[in-house]
Amino acid sequence: MNRYLTDKLSHWVVLLCAFVSLLILALIAIFTFQQGFPAFREIGIVQFLTGTVWRPGQGEFGILTMILGSIYVTLGALVLSTPLGVGCAILLAEVAPHQVRGILRPMVELLVGIPSIVYGLVGMMFIVPLVREIGGTGFSILAAVIVLTAMVLPTVITISEDSIRSVPQKYKDGALSLGATRWQTIWHVTLPAARSGIITAVVLGMGRAIGETMAMIMVIGNAIRMPTSPLDPARTLTGNIAVEIMYAAGIHENALFATGVVLFVLIIALNSIAFVTRQREQEAE
Amino acid sequence: MGIKMQTSSLSFYYGEKQALANVSLKFREQEITALIGPSGCGKSTFLRTLNRMNDTIPHTRLEGEVLLDNQNIYAPDADVVAVRKKVGMVFQQPNPFPKSVFNNVAFGPRMSGNNQGVSLDEVVEGSLRAAALWDEVKDSLHKSGLVLSGGQQQRLCIARVLAIEPEVILMDEPCSALDPIATLKIEELMQELKKKYTIIIVTHNMQQAARVSQWTGFFLMGELVEYGITRDIFTNPQNKKTEGYITGRFG
Amino acid sequence: MRLSPKTTQKLAWVAIWGSGVITIFILLFIVGYVFANGVSSLSWDFLFMQPAGGLSGEGGISTVIVCTIYLVLLTIAIVTPLGVGAAIYLSEYASDNWITRLARYGVETLAGVPSIIFGLFGFALFVTVLHFNFSILSGSLTLACLLLPTMICVTEESIKIVPRAQREASLALGATKWQTIRHVVLPAALPGIITGIILCVGRAVGETACLYVTLGGSAAMPTSLLSGGRTLSLHLYYLAMDTRAFDKAMATGVILILIIIIINTLTNWLSQRYMARVRGT
Repeated sequence: MNRYLTDKLSHWVVLLCAFVSLLILALIAIFTFQQGFPAFREIGIVQFLTGTVWRPGQGEFGILTMILGSIYVTLGALVLSTPLGVGCAILLAEVAPHQVRGILRPMVELLVGIPSIVYGLVGMMFIVPLVREIGGTGFSILAAVIVLTAMVLPTVITISEDSIRSVPQKYKDGALSLGATRWQTIWHVTLPAARSGIITAVVLGMGRAIGETMAMIMVIGNAIRMPTSPLDPARTLTGNIAVEIMYAAGIHENALFATGVVLFVLIIALNSIAFVTRQREQEAE
Repeated sequence: MGIKMQTSSLSFYYGEKQALANVSLKFREQEITALIGPSGCGKSTFLRTLNRMNDTIPHTRLEGEVLLDNQNIYAPDADVVAVRKKVGMVFQQPNPFPKSVFNNVAFGPRMSGNNQGVSLDEVVEGSLRAAALWDEVKDSLHKSGLVLSGGQQQRLCIARVLAIEPEVILMDEPCSALDPIATLKIEELMQELKKKYTIIIVTHNMQQAARVSQWTGFFLMGELVEYGITRDIFTNPQNKKTEGYITGRFG
Repeated sequence: MRLSPKTTQKLAWVAIWGSGVITIFILLFIVGYVFANGVSSLSWDFLFMQPAGGLSGEGGISTVIVCTIYLVLLTIAIVTPLGVGAAIYLSEYASDNWITRLARYGVETLAGVPSIIFGLFGFALFVTVLHFNFSILSGSLTLACLLLPTMICVTEESIKIVPRAQREASLALGATKWQTIRHVVLPAALPGIITGIILCVGRAVGETACLYVTLGGSAAMPTSLLSGGRTLSLHLYYLAMDTRAFDKAMATGVILILIIIIINTLTNWLSQRYMARVRGT
């Protein structure tokens, strides 16, 4: 009866693994919200979200400038990386000859793997001085956008490519046999069929952009003020947490957790977009 | 011949949808029973209740009894693993594991761990011989089972079942993915196997049912419409529906 | 004016090839820039000497390499059994109800949550409350939390690919559920799981934010799990931001890129071997 015992035992072991894992993950969410909540209560949720002054020493906590900082850099990276990424994905999946793909694909994989801190370093050493030529100190939203674009691009490419590649050949054959050009087939058949995958790619890219921390600290200047031009420095939500958590205490620490809550909510909102798109796609099938 | 296995008032549900209604059927030892009927009639579902493979599908429910040697295999204290060892199954698509031929056949004995006395080599050779595959694979026992042809793969799956020394063998349209020559080989093999085992085969191919089986059951819309000696069913069906199905497909 | 389909296609081709060229350019530029500025500082001394620490940018990266290895090994040792076990439970045992769906949604969401939030959690729980202080232990636990959702998702994906027919064949032969998982499902899913582990190693090596707030940043040789330390990525950050030793930072960057190249080559090699095995050759 030995193997029956093993069977039972294994069931309990994997159940335990699942329980512990989910507990940890739930704990992270609960903990962040629970620690952030006092800040919302004491500062006031509206004051916290719309305040433009962040002076922990004087008990003033407003993160609007950082919310805007995060949104600007993310949107900037999105606008640049989506067309580039999807274009490159089409190239890899549909257009490039086999040999070209054999060279290009490992390059993109390498880009995915390079630590973000290396992007930050190159940004700081090369992009920042370049932006300084245009004006300002160089530590700016523009520099951050350029660095983030390079960082997000491989994510967008790989996931888009996978979804374009998974469009069944018969769809494409149908269009081609009706006399459509290859580009018409891609534009009118392949891309619409791969839409939900491409949206997922863009959403994941945005998630990565919003979440990037250290590379942003290196190039964006971290100044707490209302950004008015791409050449202005700014601070991101993530950067705010990383820079201040080590010496924060009391309400200041709560305020940083509350910053984490805002990030959390942004990510959940983003994921929901991807989730709903996928759900709709499945229903349509 | 004695009754090896029987069902009484067996009903089966997928969620709310009833797939089998009140099926009572007897299977005789060392004979082949064929189950025929149009697709979706419940014959495969029925076959899978006989070794409790339907247990793996969520949201299903079963009423009635399935008796193997007069023991209800759905009794609360029944051991599903032991049931499946006694009632082996060959599937519609050949599904060898991505392992070597040897390891495919040795899988069952290894899992149950009770191959005292006989070495694994002997079990494997004996099973492959019994499945009429030995001569074709004896030089490539350690090659992947996936490189065999479709017909060879299916005989490998049969050998795999024989290695666990079952008493009943269920076959779920075992030839539907095979070409005529491979089909013929499997049918010849079935005649060999029937000397030792009770065989129940689901088939959509009525010529095959007529060729290989002694008993035939005709299913329609989840009900057993008619059951009897194969020759009688095909020459002199009692039920109008059976006649319609058989003549429609035969003539 | 309407363009003819042929002209539109030509324009589209230019745009598509253009984006490919830009992507290659970005890669070559980043890698080239780091190598051009970093290779001159690379030497055996650099690899095998301790960093001087403090605000001095002198010395090598020996302690940093050791710390990175400790941290990665410990993290993988924590995250692999937990993640694989949880994935097995979710895909093989859990019934499909709203709790399972919520769990999956939660895992997927957590996989996208910024690492600094995990850092915040690790800092508050492991460093402060549990008094592990800034240490390899705190860092590993935090990193394990960060990588857990990824590990679960990747394992689940590779378990899902195993055909149902394989499981049924095994069950029908009288194998128990666990035997089926252990001898049929896991071997078939193994290449995917290993790829997942390698992916986690890559992310652990590249991660900075959540280690910045849990690992402490000591440049000394770690003596126990409760020693502080710095990984290669973190070291690069300190070199660039605190000590302003840019040449050493670039050299560290070269090492990081080399590690990623090795990891990618390994992954591709594994998946090719796996494909060969599936085809049965």
